[in-house]
Amino acid sequence: MIWVDTIVQGILLGGLYALFAAGLSLVFGIMRLVNLAHGDLIVMGAYLILVFVSFTGLSPFIAAAIAMPLMFALGYGLQKVMLNRVLGDDILPPLLVTFGLSVVLQNAMLEGFSADSQRLPTGALSTASVELGSINVGVLPLLTFGSAVLVIVVLNQIFYRTELGRAFRATSDDATTASLMGIKPANIFAMATGIALIIVTIAALYLGMRANFDPNIGPARLIYAFEAVIIGGLGSLWGTLLGGIIIGVAQTVGAAINPEWQILAGHVALLIVLLIRPRGLFPRAVD
Amino acid sequence: MALLTTQNLTAHYGDFQALFGVDIELNEGETIAIIGANGAGKTTLMRSISGVLTNQPDMVTLEGVPIGNASADAIMAQGVAMVPEGRKLFPSLSVEENLLIGTYGRKTAGHWSLETIYDLFPILKERRNNPGTALSGGQQQMVAIGRALMSNPRVLLCDEVSLGLAPVVIKDIYQAVPKIKHAGASMIVVEQDIGQAMKVADRVYCMMEGRVTLTGTPDSLSRDAIHDAYFGAAA
Repeated sequence: MIWVDTIVQGILLGGLYALFAAGLSLVFGIMRLVNLAHGDLIVMGAYLILVFVSFTGLSPFIAAAIAMPLMFALGYGLQKVMLNRVLGDDILPPLLVTFGLSVVLQNAMLEGFSADSQRLPTGALSTASVELGSINVGVLPLLTFGSAVLVIVVLNQIFYRTELGRAFRATSDDATTASLMGIKPANIFAMATGIALIIVTIAALYLGMRANFDPNIGPARLIYAFEAVIIGGLGSLWGTLLGGIIIGVAQTVGAAINPEWQILAGHVALLIVLLIRPRGLFPRAVD
Repeated sequence: MALLTTQNLTAHYGDFQALFGVDIELNEGETIAIIGANGAGKTTLMRSISGVLTNQPDMVTLEGVPIGNASADAIMAQGVAMVPEGRKLFPSLSVEENLLIGTYGRKTAGHWSLETIYDLFPILKERRNNPGTALSGGQQQMVAIGRALMSNPRVLLCDEVSLGLAPVVIKDIYQAVPKIKHAGASMIVVEQDIGQAMKVADRVYCMMEGRVTLTGTPDSLSRDAIHDAYFGAAA
């Protein structure tokens, strides 16, 4: 029974990793841009929610809802003003720029919020649980997982059911031909990064409610996110969810065997998947 | 006033000059054909008009308004749609989505809609849920033409629609040209297939090495004149 419990906890943890990863997957799928500041943007989102909560006493959920349009605007502007300038055939410039952004964000947060760890207030939610058969499951992990599934469903709806989604896919296929359809690739990319930062805000909400955070934890979140995207297959949103779950389960199983093995087990899972399927579980047909 | 003109149009790829002072004029309702051998500059001309390559503003005009330096999406929004060389369907989109994306930048009501495109090329309706790139070359070309028509353009640019297709398929596709003309679009058709070009065009421009070497109505051009303009007088 303890193993069933471990695996269920792992799946739910995977929801959090999928939330970390969904924005990264979206941006990579559309413009082949790996945003090395993604983890730091999540931490920044958590601080933004914390600021709203501290100043207004609002619930973190409402604070996150207020933060979302701001984060969207930040993402849109960031892409339009900075990242679009370095996108091109060479993948190195965007890596360097986002790495620089990562350093700047970490230091700015250190300056603004100090290195003390913080947490979003959750009240009774952090200890609430429901009984599922013979195991108890935390309400917060369930909410996290449900949000991750919802995010993936909504993203898929946007991708495959809306005009914007068609433009995303067309621009990802061939930006020059897309411009002949009246699409402005620069705006499409900005829109994608804006949406990615809305997802980042949701990830930040659960990151901040489930555990302590400080300005330096961004890069580790980026690694988990990146691993989830790679396991799932670059550009596949459902694959990203599955990738998150695989890392989550590997980590909890590893921790159940030996607490020191938690992080290691997640990385080993990535290596095993790469050995068996070098392009991930659900690679896109066209790449 | 001409609907679309190029005046003294030049184009460069890095240090290489591809066009040398090209003057083209397209009148309302007219179909003109641009013929020439590989490397004559036909595709570069199309790319310059459609905004994929930008130029000095005055080098391209639409109803007298300079658009030479406008971006491809802005030119498309003003009603100049392109069927690019090599069809360039979006592999991630189905046939129907490929058609629908054609209206992204310009939603002008007119003759062309999904329904009338499917009337024009009935096979596309049968295959509307297939990925665009799963179709045969000829069917893909039909999608590319339909995609450009969906925005109800005033000017339709067709770049080498017959390239790589079997003669019988080319015939099928060219049967659509009179209907497109009738629905009101003016067309610039780039062709290596001189026979097809002569059949559909009101006027023909022949290009060689980045320059227009001959122009006239199909009746007025002799075989020898075209041969000289196409390959050079010494050939």
